[in-house]
Amino acid sequence: MPTDGVNKKRRRFLVATTSVVGAVGAGFAAVPFIKSWKPSAKARAVGAPVQVMLDGLDPGQLLKVQWRGQTIGVLRRSKETVGLLPELDQYLRDPQSAESEQPVFAQNEGRALKEEFLVVNMHCTHLGCVPQLLPQVGPQPFEENWNGGFFCPCHKSKFDMAGRVYKGVPAPTNLRIPPYSFIDDTTLVIGVNPEGAV
Amino acid sequence: MAKPASSLAKRADTLWNWVDTRLPVSAFWKATMTGYYAPKNFNFWYYMGVLSLVVLVLQILSGIFLTMHYKPSAAEAFASVEYIMRDVEWGWLIRYMHSTGASFFFIVVYLHMFRSLLYGSHRAPRELVWVFGVLIYLALMAEAFMGYVLPWGQMSYWGAQVIINLFGAIPTIGEPLTEWIRGDYFISDATLNRFFALHVIALPLAIFGLVLLHLVALRENGSNNPDGLEIKANKDENGIPVDGVPFHPYYTIKDLFGISMFLLLFAFVIFFWPEAGGLFLEHDNFVPADPLVTPEHIKPVWYFTPYYAILKAVPDKLMGVILMGLSVAILFFVPWLDRSPVKSIRYKGLWYKILLGLFVVAFIRLGMLGMAEGTPAQTVEMRVWTFVYFAFFILLFFLSPGAKTKPLPERLTH
Repeated sequence: MPTDGVNKKRRRFLVATTSVVGAVGAGFAAVPFIKSWKPSAKARAVGAPVQVMLDGLDPGQLLKVQWRGQTIGVLRRSKETVGLLPELDQYLRDPQSAESEQPVFAQNEGRALKEEFLVVNMHCTHLGCVPQLLPQVGPQPFEENWNGGFFCPCHKSKFDMAGRVYKGVPAPTNLRIPPYSFIDDTTLVIGVNPEGAV
Repeated sequence: MAKPASSLAKRADTLWNWVDTRLPVSAFWKATMTGYYAPKNFNFWYYMGVLSLVVLVLQILSGIFLTMHYKPSAAEAFASVEYIMRDVEWGWLIRYMHSTGASFFFIVVYLHMFRSLLYGSHRAPRELVWVFGVLIYLALMAEAFMGYVLPWGQMSYWGAQVIINLFGAIPTIGEPLTEWIRGDYFISDATLNRFFALHVIALPLAIFGLVLLHLVALRENGSNNPDGLEIKANKDENGIPVDGVPFHPYYTIKDLFGISMFLLLFAFVIFFWPEAGGLFLEHDNFVPADPLVTPEHIKPVWYFTPYYAILKAVPDKLMGVILMGLSVAILFFVPWLDRSPVKSIRYKGLWYKILLGLFVVAFIRLGMLGMAEGTPAQTVEMRVWTFVYFAFFILLFFLSPGAKTKPLPERLTH
């Protein structure tokens, strides 16, 4: 093929522009495929708020319900349990919940809207396992300073009775508090803040 | 009528020529088999490559038959695996072939990689062979992980939970990214279904393509050998390496022997020890997945536990994930970390024997600790071995150029 008389500058320009247009087209064509991986309309609909009746729950009892596939724990705490909470602050990584995930109303010592009820996302903030409730007060084999709390079987993360994480464990932050509110004294709604739905 | 036999042979010959002038069969056979000269001192370690290929074929075959009975849905997956085990004729054999094959894949791949560290097979001009190999290893890890989710047992479910949440450690994009991977707010039917698609189509295709590149790059420069000498540097008057033998029939026959021994062992495990005491098939995975109950003790299958131990050794989530990622990523750089003037451990001197020995102990101990309950003493030990794991690569880089080497022989030794 004779190559004299070829406008190389023009050829390079055409190759470059064709490549760029092709790449942009490929990029746009990829969007539907990437978006198809997002939660479907059905999955989003199933993620609607959940109502929980609290009248059967005695102090010290933990009720587990599911919301968006997450295990949400509702723990009814006695006055004594709530009273013991500030005692352990020095052993906790984030006692004031400054770096943890919770609605604004739950950023307090008890991490709750009403101190009596701890509504908490039970999945460990390390890797998502569900910690066990170990309510005994007093030294435990895994922790000297124990006033009851949650202990994760996966990687030994420890949380107090307000879901606040201990120092020196893999979990980086306190257990998450989901958005919730009360319709009346005995009816809890998970997934809706007092101000409205999320 | 007179010479039917020879005329038949003639016709076959004509047909063969017809094909061969249209598809370069004999040229390919000559280039990669009969005319391809391999070093004549291959030892036991050189079985591992062909054995990986054998396991790959077995996995594809048994996998195809499993998909004929398996149901990729959260509601039916667990029951369909039990259906394969109990009701499908010979289903138990096909399933055990596949599950045992997964573990054996990693056994031969780990030994194959170790061979490379022994004899410097990743050194120039074979760096790309190694890089493609590490890519295969990565794809294999993804393939194995997603395959382990499919039976939808407790360990499938919670293992997936732990692994997917690793991505959540990435700042800002972490949470949306995990949601995107799961396709839901939790590990669900959507997750299982897409993992099935990736496990049976996307990743096997990727692995197949990478294996092809691995082999093409290998044939370009030929295999390394236990002495780490280039056989092409010493050729006779016909241009044939004096220390080489044609791959076929010499190594095809040797490999056939190795394959039969391997299959013997493989069959023994399938028939008499398919769960390997909870190593190949974990006990908790015989319980259907339950999002509300976390098993007492979550651990990955044995081939991931060294990395899992590194993750657990670090008390910070993001740092743990970074260190674990680094422990795999560092493998890509091995060809450039080793700067020794000789390739093989035979001529590197004592320092490398000690270093590699410690690395092997670290890898095995990390693997064992990754399965363990995780007492404080074990956490300390995990940190020590994690340190040794990384020290191997760093010391290799600094010690290899200056260390005294033994003189290389003129010819291959065997």
